Amino acid sequence: MSTSVVRDASVLARRNLEHIRQIPEKLTNVTVQPLMFVLLFSYVFGGAIRVEGGTYKEFLLGGILIQTLAFAMMQPATSIATDLQEGVIDRFRSLPTRRSAYLLGHYFAEMIGSIVTIAILCGTGLLIGWRTSASILSVAQGILLLLVFATAMIWLGLWLGIFVRSPDAVMGIGFIIVFPATFVSNAFVPPSSMPGALQWFAAVNPVSVFISAVRELFGNPLTPVTKHVWPIDHPVPAAWIYSVALVVLGVVSAQRQYKHRTTE
Amino acid sequence: MYETLVRDTDQPVPQPPVGSGGVHVTGLGKRFGDLWALRNFSITVTPGTVLGLLGHNGAGKTTAIRILTTLSQPTEGRATVAGFDVVRDAATVRQHIGVASQQATVDGLMSARLNLQTIGRLYGMPRREARERGDALLEQLDLTSFADGLVRTYSGGMRRRLDLAASLMNRPAVLFLDEPTTGLDPLSRSSLWDMLRDLVSEGTTVILTTQYLEEADQLADDIVVLDHGETVAHGTPQDLKSRIGEQRLDVHISDITQLVAAQQTLLPYADSEPIIDEAECVITVPIKPGTRIVDVVRTLDDAGIDAIDVARREATLDDVFVALTHKTQTERPNNASPQEQS
Repeated sequence: MSTSVVRDASVLARRNLEHIRQIPEKLTNVTVQPLMFVLLFSYVFGGAIRVEGGTYKEFLLGGILIQTLAFAMMQPATSIATDLQEGVIDRFRSLPTRRSAYLLGHYFAEMIGSIVTIAILCGTGLLIGWRTSASILSVAQGILLLLVFATAMIWLGLWLGIFVRSPDAVMGIGFIIVFPATFVSNAFVPPSSMPGALQWFAAVNPVSVFISAVRELFGNPLTPVTKHVWPIDHPVPAAWIYSVALVVLGVVSAQRQYKHRTTE
Repeated sequence: MYETLVRDTDQPVPQPPVGSGGVHVTGLGKRFGDLWALRNFSITVTPGTVLGLLGHNGAGKTTAIRILTTLSQPTEGRATVAGFDVVRDAATVRQHIGVASQQATVDGLMSARLNLQTIGRLYGMPRREARERGDALLEQLDLTSFADGLVRTYSGGMRRRLDLAASLMNRPAVLFLDEPTTGLDPLSRSSLWDMLRDLVSEGTTVILTTQYLEEADQLADDIVVLDHGETVAHGTPQDLKSRIGEQRLDVHISDITQLVAAQQTLLPYADSEPIIDEAECVITVPIKPGTRIVDVVRTLDDAGIDAIDVARREATLDDVFVALTHKTQTERPNNASPQEQS
C-alpha cells in the first residue's frame, strides 16, 4: 500500500467525518443505540435470565459488543450506496486518486466510529457492574479481536452497499441478515433454552463463536455448550480464523464489486 | 448531400505533442449491448480552442465525454487527451483534465470551501495550497459569500458554478463540460460563457456538449453534430450554416390544412426541401440566392394560401440541426429557441 493511497484515503475519510459533524444523528446507531441495548437488556431481561458462573451484566457485554459491531455494517453500506447514487462518485473517479483510496477512506472513517462504540459500551459496562477477571494481555487480545471483527463488518458493509445500490434497500437487506444472525446466537440468552434446531444454528453461527471468544478473553461467564462443533468448543482460535477469513472476503469482494460497478 | 460535411477520417492527422492541451480521437466507438452509443467518432482539437458537441438526448455526447475523461472504456478506437492515451495512461490523463458533468458532482453535506479543499488535496496539493486555490476560485465564480454554507442548500446555478470550480482546481489543460448551462438562468449562462472565453484565451482547451445551438454558435471554434452515435456534420459554425444555405424564409400560414399545399407552392424558391413545423404552422424554406420576397408572396396569393407572415432571416444552427437530423427525429430539440437569434 503506497503512502499516497493512505494520504488520499485520509482526505476522503475526513469527508465522511464532516458528514457526521453536519448530521450528528448519524452517530446515534453507534452511540445511543448500543447504550440503550445495554441498559434495556441488563435491567429488563437481566433479572429473568440466570447465567452460570457470573452475573448477567458480565455475560451481556460480549454479546452487545459483537451485535453492535455487526449492525454497524449498515453505516458504510448506506454511505457508499448514497455516494454511488449521487454524482459525487464520478468526481472522485475523474481525479488522479487510486480506486482503493476511495474504499479505504470509507473504512478509516467507519473504524473511528467502531472504536468510539467499543469505548462507549465498555465504559457503560463498567458503570453498571461489568468486570473482567482476565489478564491485561487477554483483555488486550479481546479488544484486538473486536477491532478485527469491526474491520470485517465494515468491508462486508461496503460490499453490501456497492452491491445493493440504493441506501433504502441497504436497511432492508441489512436487517434481514444481521437480525437473525445476532439474535439466534448466544448473545442474550443461553442457547440451551432454545428449540433443538435453533440450538444447532446458534452453535454453528459464527456470531456465537465471536461472542464466546470475547467472553473468554474478558474472563466473563460463558454459556454451556449444548451442541458440540469444533469452533464453538474452541472459540478463541476459531474466532481469529473467522475474522481473518471475513476480512479477506470483505476486502476482496468490496474491491471487485466496486471495480465491476464503476467499469463502463 | 450533407455527408460531404463529414471530415474524411482515413487521412492521418498529426499527433499533438505530449503534454500539449490538445485532444486527438480516432474511430472511437462505444457499444452498450446491441446499441452503439457512439461510433466512428474522430476529431482533433487544437490546444486553446473550443469544440462543441451538439446533439439531442441520447446522441452520444455524454458517452464521448465519459470516454475522454477516462470514466468509460471505449469498445473500439483510441483517443489521446493532452498527449496521453485515455485507456493506457488514464491516471496521467486525470491529472491534466477537469470535468464538470451533467449531474453536479459536489458533496451536498460539505461546505463549498471544504468540497474544493478535498478535491485539491486529492490532486496532491498541500493543505495550504488547496485552500488558497479553492478560495481564489470561489471568488472568481462569485461564491465567496456562500463559501461556508452547506452545498445542499445551494441553488442549481450555484451548484453548477461550484462544480465548475471543482473542475478547475488543478488548472486543467483540457476542460470537459457536459451541458454546462442546462438549467441556468440567462444571466448565469452568459457569465459562464464569459468565464469560459477567459479560460480559452489563457490556453485551456474546452470540449463542451450542449443542446443549445446558440451556445455552440457563441463559444465553439469547431462543432460536431452527433445523432444516434454517428457524426452527421463537422465544421465551424459558419461552415455549417453556409453549407446548408445562408438564408431562410419562415412562412407562417393561417390554415393548418394548407401546410402541404404551401410547401409544394414554395418548392420553386427552395434550395433544399422546405421543413414543416405543424405546431407553429410555419414552413421554413432554405431559399435560393436572389429570391425576392414579393415573388414569394405573389405565388402564395395566386395559390390561394393565406400567409400571415413571411420573414427572411439568416440561417441559425437550429436550421443546421433540423436539416441534418430531421430524417431520423422529427421533433426539434426542446431547449432550442431559434427566434432568439433571428
